[in-house]
Amino acid sequence: MSDAGKTPVAAEWPLFEVFIRSRAGLEHKHVGSLHAADARMAVEHARDVYTRRQEGVSIWVVRSADVIASDPEEADALFEPARDKVYRHPTFYVIPEEVKNL
Amino acid sequence: MYTQALDTHGKEPVAAAAGESAAHALRFQSRVDADEKIEPKDWMPDAYRQTLIRQISQHAHSEIVGMLPEGNWITRAPSLRRKAVLIAKVQDEGGHGMYLYSAAETLGVTRDQLFEQLLSGVAKYSSIFNYPTLTWADVGAIGWLVDGAAIMNQIPICRCSYGPYARAMVRICKEESFHQRQGFEIMLTLAQGTPAQRLMAQEALNRWWWPSIMMFGPSDGESKHTAQSMRWKIKRFSNDELRQKFIDVTVPQAHFLGLTIPDAQLRWDEATQHYIGGPIDWSEFNAVLKGNGPCNRERLQARRTAWEAGRWVREAASAHAAKSAARTTQAA
Repeated sequence: MSDAGKTPVAAEWPLFEVFIRSRAGLEHKHVGSLHAADARMAVEHARDVYTRRQEGVSIWVVRSADVIASDPEEADALFEPARDKVYRHPTFYVIPEEVKNL
Repeated sequence: MYTQALDTHGKEPVAAAAGESAAHALRFQSRVDADEKIEPKDWMPDAYRQTLIRQISQHAHSEIVGMLPEGNWITRAPSLRRKAVLIAKVQDEGGHGMYLYSAAETLGVTRDQLFEQLLSGVAKYSSIFNYPTLTWADVGAIGWLVDGAAIMNQIPICRCSYGPYARAMVRICKEESFHQRQGFEIMLTLAQGTPAQRLMAQEALNRWWWPSIMMFGPSDGESKHTAQSMRWKIKRFSNDELRQKFIDVTVPQAHFLGLTIPDAQLRWDEATQHYIGGPIDWSEFNAVLKGNGPCNRERLQARRTAWEAGRWVREAASAHAAKSAARTTQAA
């Protein structure tokens, strides 16, 4: 290994998740991640990495370590309660055709 | 820009490592077969993970090293317009590297580990970037041919089974089209210029044609990972299929430029409706891959110098961030 191999991994800048609002009226959407020393630098880097072609009007950055995610292994159990509740959808209800505006 | 079936240069992936449950493996494959995307926290076979880490990081390294041959011409671009375009293109390549490194990191490898692999020479990158850019026409030829070949290779990866890689590729492919068109425009301008400029364009085509053709990687018979990568839907077309597609679309473009493809055996085959070229000299490809291309050492040295020269900046930024954080805590 070269000298580069000696770099301690702990020296790495933290990872941030980047969210971009593509235009006013739309929600921020996750676009990827990047490394930065702090939040301000993360916003500046996000500008350069993710909005070189006017892809956004607003940027959110969140430390990746602060994101709490559900476990895909438990997805079945987590989302199961909604599975048998088709009555939450309007198509569940049969309405005579002659009734309008429903 | 990237390409070249770089995934062919590593260890043979095994279908399932010891201890991985067969039920998990079956469920994984059925999800892939159903064209479901695999996301970072989903269960995946270790060999799938390792194959992706290798392929995505090699792809990222290619983007980063790919900035060097073109960056070479930024200070000497023939006009302000060309310079602005070239800077934007090189910046895009850096951006592509960033998208890809972050996609690779979702698989459990750190950015520093990836850099170490590049700087120590362990990791591979596309060998096309080990060729020099001798004249301005080379910048045109790279955009037209190298980015053209990259697009051919990258578009199918937009449908790759691994979500973060596929999403990064969608973003990259959107940006690559400008790269290829600006390259063709440079070639077109030279081809319509003085005899000396036409000669410059022809010589650049002569230099970059074969390396571009070789970017698609070894012939199908020699490519050991293709079958597994196709089962995993990391790869959708074989090296030879993509190479043929590239030749078929590029030869007419060369004709339009009034340039000659440097392959005396190249001919149109009416029966198959394809251009058929002469045999590829793989000894050159292998030599470049093994580190003996014209610029291998120079490229790695440039990356190492950049990494070392930037060390104080990284450390200063970290120190500043730590100080500011401490000040905020105190104030609170």
